Amino acid sequence: MTEMVFGTVPMRAGEPVLPRWWRTIDKWTMSCILLLFGVGLLLGLASSPPLAARNGLAPFHYVERQAFFGSVALMAMFLTSMMSPDLVRRLGVMGFFAAFVALALLPVLGTDFGKGAVRWYSFGFASVQPSEFLKPGFIVLAAWLMAANQEVGGPPGKAFSFAIAVVVVGFLAMQPDFGQAALILFSWGVMYFVAGAPILLLIGMAGLTIFGGTVAYHNSEHFARRIDGFLSPDLDPRTQLGYATNAIREGGFFGVGVGEGQVKQSLPDAHTDFIIAVAAEEYGLLLVLAIIMIYAAIVVRSLFRLMKERDPFIRLAGTGLACMFGVQALINMGVAVRLLPAKGMTLPFVSYGGSSLIAGGIAVGMLLAFTRTRPQGEIGDILMRKGR
Amino acid sequence: MIRTPLRPLARILEARAKGENPDAIERENLRLRHEQMRDQSRSRAEGRLLILGVLFFCAYAAVGARMGVLAASEPHEPRAAASGAAITAQRADITDRNGRILATNLATHSLYAQPPMMIDKERAAKALVAIFPDLKEEKLLEQFTGKRKFLWIKKKISPEQMQLVHDIGDPGLLFGPREMRLYPNGRLAAHVLGGFGFGREGVHSAEVIGTAGVEKAFDDYLRDPANGGQALRLSLDLSVQAATRRVLYGGMKLMNAKGATAVMMDAHTGEIITLVSLPDFDPNDRPRPLLEGDQSDSPLFNRAVQGVYELGSTFKIFTAAQAIELGLANANTLVDADAPMKWGKHKIREFQNKNYGPLLSVTDVIVKSSNVGTAKMALQIGAQRQQDFLRELGFFEATPVELVEAPGAKPLLPQRWADITTITASYGHGLSASPLHLATAYASLLNGGTKVKPTLLAGGRPATGERVVSEQTSAASRDMLRAVVSRGTASFGDVPGYSVGGKTGTADKPKPRGGYYKDKVIATFASVFPTDDPKYVLVVTLDEPEETSGAKPRRTAGWTAVPVAAEIIRRTAPLLGLRPEIEPQPGFGVTLTGN
Repeated sequence: MTEMVFGTVPMRAGEPVLPRWWRTIDKWTMSCILLLFGVGLLLGLASSPPLAARNGLAPFHYVERQAFFGSVALMAMFLTSMMSPDLVRRLGVMGFFAAFVALALLPVLGTDFGKGAVRWYSFGFASVQPSEFLKPGFIVLAAWLMAANQEVGGPPGKAFSFAIAVVVVGFLAMQPDFGQAALILFSWGVMYFVAGAPILLLIGMAGLTIFGGTVAYHNSEHFARRIDGFLSPDLDPRTQLGYATNAIREGGFFGVGVGEGQVKQSLPDAHTDFIIAVAAEEYGLLLVLAIIMIYAAIVVRSLFRLMKERDPFIRLAGTGLACMFGVQALINMGVAVRLLPAKGMTLPFVSYGGSSLIAGGIAVGMLLAFTRTRPQGEIGDILMRKGR
Repeated sequence: MIRTPLRPLARILEARAKGENPDAIERENLRLRHEQMRDQSRSRAEGRLLILGVLFFCAYAAVGARMGVLAASEPHEPRAAASGAAITAQRADITDRNGRILATNLATHSLYAQPPMMIDKERAAKALVAIFPDLKEEKLLEQFTGKRKFLWIKKKISPEQMQLVHDIGDPGLLFGPREMRLYPNGRLAAHVLGGFGFGREGVHSAEVIGTAGVEKAFDDYLRDPANGGQALRLSLDLSVQAATRRVLYGGMKLMNAKGATAVMMDAHTGEIITLVSLPDFDPNDRPRPLLEGDQSDSPLFNRAVQGVYELGSTFKIFTAAQAIELGLANANTLVDADAPMKWGKHKIREFQNKNYGPLLSVTDVIVKSSNVGTAKMALQIGAQRQQDFLRELGFFEATPVELVEAPGAKPLLPQRWADITTITASYGHGLSASPLHLATAYASLLNGGTKVKPTLLAGGRPATGERVVSEQTSAASRDMLRAVVSRGTASFGDVPGYSVGGKTGTADKPKPRGGYYKDKVIATFASVFPTDDPKYVLVVTLDEPEETSGAKPRRTAGWTAVPVAAEIIRRTAPLLGLRPEIEPQPGFGVTLTGN
């Protein structure tokens, strides 16, 4: 009766968005990411003034840009993390195709900024690297296909996703950008592994990777020089790696002091690929270990949360994103300490770079969206299992 | 694994009996199977995710540990060592047979510039040109203002120059330590030592590498750190080399020759005591090779080793020795020496169309240097045996001496060995060899008859090599050579007390386009001393000498090369520790008298 008189009480379908977001989001991971962003700004203050001076800009020009892009990236991250997995999937797949078109058009419209590889679109104010945006899109698409494959009567998604991976890798290798190509391959491999790859096939793929590496070594001088530099037992101290190693040594445990570092003067890539060396020199092992721990916490925590996830798509996509994020950081830092051959790879969220920051924000936002606490039907599981 | 069927017959029949839809059973089973599959894949994924997590954790731990190790290790100053083997700068010294330094190292500095660090480029360029006049100011300025980040200005500079550059005070002008090679004796033994250059260069050191001579031939040895810097001891004797060079230089000027060379060899071991080639150069400042013209006119040309000449009558002793060795003659056998001798369309003449004939003893053939007598003996020996003998003496191969130039100096041989070749070769025409070849062959023939190998390294053992001729033939050859000096063409070569024996040789120089010059000769004197106990062989060759004290210029070796060689022997024999054998003067000693 009351309803008839006063109309129905407006019913909410569920909880309000923000409280639900706050309740279900992985707050530890999110804090770690915010910390990383702060560290990135801090190191940008240390590493970019020499570059700005070289380019005749205000000393903190790059820091300002980093802060600006960082805010955009954080907004993108928050927005994405609020989406439902379905929405993320839809947008991700669309984003993948958009980025793919952009990637395919690079040879025609892109610029190389005199670095020998056409990877960027230049918009005057900023430049965009489509491959950065392609990665999260690709992971979502591949995870979707693989998850569909697990349904009874589903499409052969694993094969499809592999074909897409090969095409994308082909485009990236043409630029050439072996780093991004390797990341794409790696994330596909990890997802395939979690989706239940036969062990024999994994071994075969490892063999194939070695073979491909050998071919690349013999055919690409760029590639071969870097590998040779890595394999040579003693290090030419005038190379980037030499400077980086020396900077880490100079820094010791507590660093030489804020603003006292020298390596940023001599390394052209001090603000991107070798930012960890700047961190090590000025702030010492302390900050470096903290950074490493933050990355490890994000990756390992996300993986553990995904272990409980029931939805195969979310599990796979989350795995791909977390592993890609983790391995990128791992490679960057591994190169600086000469555990890995020299490969230009940015340190996600810390290195300077607009595209990589925003794309990283989106990717991490997706990861946060996937690792949110969701009802996993445990009760039903327990009850059903009893019945079975 | 046994799979439960989707439509178990029993349940279907039961359902049908109850009037239920059997498809519901199938759907239910399908759902169960699907769920089972998902559970299975989830538990597998759980395990694999755990593996991934652990792997990532380990990888991060490894990076962290490595960071810790690096942070704990000592920093190195960024140095300019190239990757690969480090440059070993220490090069072993070279000494003569008595340990006197012929080549050593000197610490000096190189000068380089780093234009980005320079403050006043124009002033620096101007000041540098004032210090080093060979630099060009415009070029320097262009290099300083260009894109280059680094450039060498001078490979080695003196301390004074270094101080002057310091005084410019530009932070972009920098010095790198350098080891350079120093030859304290300058031109002495220049052709043996060769010279040096810089190989791989870094800012902090540079490789010193040999560019010629023994420096190049023994480059690996000199640079080998395994030798512990032990000096390379050559067979040269510095004081003898100095005396020889001095005398030879004077002789070359007196005889108006354009070049000269002298080789002295230990007759028993083949060790080269002296090797002089004039004109010479200072290995500290090695000149560039000639870009045009005849390389043999360059001071870099080592006449003793690289110069292959027709050595003329010095070869006659080989013919005579072989004839004696084969038993065709002895020193007193008379041979037909009636000149001129006709052979086909050729006419063999003597010097100045003389005729020493009709008959000459073998000794006199050598003493008077009779072409015809030698030719007759050679025809008796025959082409094959003559070739074998010359080959055994080393005239068919490049000398095996330890100089990089040696293998390039192959003797010039006639393409086919006709009878006329046998005739001309018997007196040293038609085939060309270097003075070092001649010295080696004389040493082998005259030391008692055993083959020696020329060497520049000290400590050669007495030749116990294969026998070339018998002891007696060797002695007979020495007697004949002694006779040449005591009463023959080389009478200027007599040095009192040292019993010099030797043979002259005067050969017309060949024109580059064939034929021979009438007024250009190569005069050679190949000698051995002392003849009664042969110790040393000396070959002196003068290029285009002219002795002008007489009415007509005299060019024969007897007038040109022989006096020079005699002076060399007179000066160097005491240095070599040979005692002159002075016959007691009459009236010396105690004379017994009666009463």
